Amino acid sequence: MSYPETYKYTKEHEWLHVEGEQGTIGITDHAQHELGDIVFVDLPKLGAHITKGQTFGSVESVKAVSDIYSPVSGEVSAINELLSKSPETLNEDPHGEAWLIKVKLSAPDEMNGLMSAADYEKYVGAE
Amino acid sequence: MSAVSDLKKTPLFAVHSSLNAKLVDFGGWHMPVQYSGILQEHNAVRTAVGVFDVSHMGEIEVRGPEAAKLVDRVTTNNAAKLKPGQAQYSGLLYEHGGFVDDILVHKVSDTDFFLCVNASNQEKDFEHIRAHNAFGAEVVFASERYAQLAIQGPKALATLQKLTDTSLAGIKYYWFTDGTVAGAAARIAHTGYTGEDGFEIYIPPESAARIWGEVLRAGDEFGIKPCGLGARNTLRLEAKMALYGHEITASTNPYEADLGWIVKMDKGDFVGRSALEKVAQQGVTRKLVGFEMKDRGIGRDGYEVWTEGKPAGWVTSGGPSPTLNKNIGLCYLPSEKAVPGVAIQVLIRNAPVQALTVETPFYKRAKG
Repeated sequence: MSYPETYKYTKEHEWLHVEGEQGTIGITDHAQHELGDIVFVDLPKLGAHITKGQTFGSVESVKAVSDIYSPVSGEVSAINELLSKSPETLNEDPHGEAWLIKVKLSAPDEMNGLMSAADYEKYVGAE
Repeated sequence: MSAVSDLKKTPLFAVHSSLNAKLVDFGGWHMPVQYSGILQEHNAVRTAVGVFDVSHMGEIEVRGPEAAKLVDRVTTNNAAKLKPGQAQYSGLLYEHGGFVDDILVHKVSDTDFFLCVNASNQEKDFEHIRAHNAFGAEVVFASERYAQLAIQGPKALATLQKLTDTSLAGIKYYWFTDGTVAGAAARIAHTGYTGEDGFEIYIPPESAARIWGEVLRAGDEFGIKPCGLGARNTLRLEAKMALYGHEITASTNPYEADLGWIVKMDKGDFVGRSALEKVAQQGVTRKLVGFEMKDRGIGRDGYEVWTEGKPAGWVTSGGPSPTLNKNIGLCYLPSEKAVPGVAIQVLIRNAPVQALTVETPFYKRAKG
């Protein structure tokens, strides 16, 4: 699976897609592959404040639990309801249908430190 | 984590790599945790057949006229009662009653016992048995001479039968026989660690890759899948089979671990016996019990368990049950709470999540 060039990426394997003031956050294909069969996704509530670099939820696979770290700070404006019924979608379409949350960015500059798709591919290739 | 180059490899390492297995450090061994995915592999074993490379397991042979005496001295179950060709689950204990390991004892003959032990405990087990060898028995560390495959599932017999002249239907559960599989010498045991019917075969390492391939071909018509340690863990948890380092450790005794059935006090002296007598008299203060999560969340190994607003125990193993589609686990609780029907809370990332203690095993196969 290729990494969309319009997204930004973290070392903890989240992606961020910014459109205007809103950012969509998900986990990468590499992350879902490492986790294996995903069975449960724990997400924050609407309106919650999340902070760059801090955990805002978790993804559980059959064998392990993994924290999700926020690539940016902001207020949660949408959560993906699909994942409570069909967490396995995260294994199938991590960069699309299985986005996790949308946030209203409070500090858009924060995304400058994130990786490009090409850098992220190099990063996971070397990991 | 050890450097990859330090990890021990089974004879099937190259095969696993070629199957794109996800390999992990498991107690110092480079082992496949999954191939196609834990859920698929788990379901293959419950509904058809799966094959596991368990060559990391250790083998210790105890031989000589006094072999039975030594085995009975170091194990909790009654080895003297075994008939040639019979196997039993047993415990190796320290004097203080905690587990050195849990093992399978196979009686080959009156003068030859074959022990299958946990990979990460094998050197320790060997030293422990030798240290208690006051009988002049021969104790042989034999792990290098055996690869081991587990063929498990309702179609395990039909799969393996294609590769052997031995009538597998004639081997009763927890019995074994020496024969051949795909032309190679094999010890064929009707045992397993999945809660499903199946066989474990002990084979020469040099034939392991070829036999693995033959097993996959033989099981092809049933939809056989190569299975990793991930599925092995979910399968054994559903069947409530203990895992060393989790349900049983050096600081847990068989009564606490709900394994009183492998302790035979009427067989004479054995290592750990006097400690267990005291435990039996005084009763255990904590006990293993199963639970199901009631609210959203998965209680995993090591998580704290609370009752009535106080810390009361810990999860030894926990995770999703693919067969039951519930989140299940095992935990230690004070004895009076370690009964089905008690409301407990599992502390998941500092938040108490409701769970309920339940009867075990979580899953029991319908016997045909």
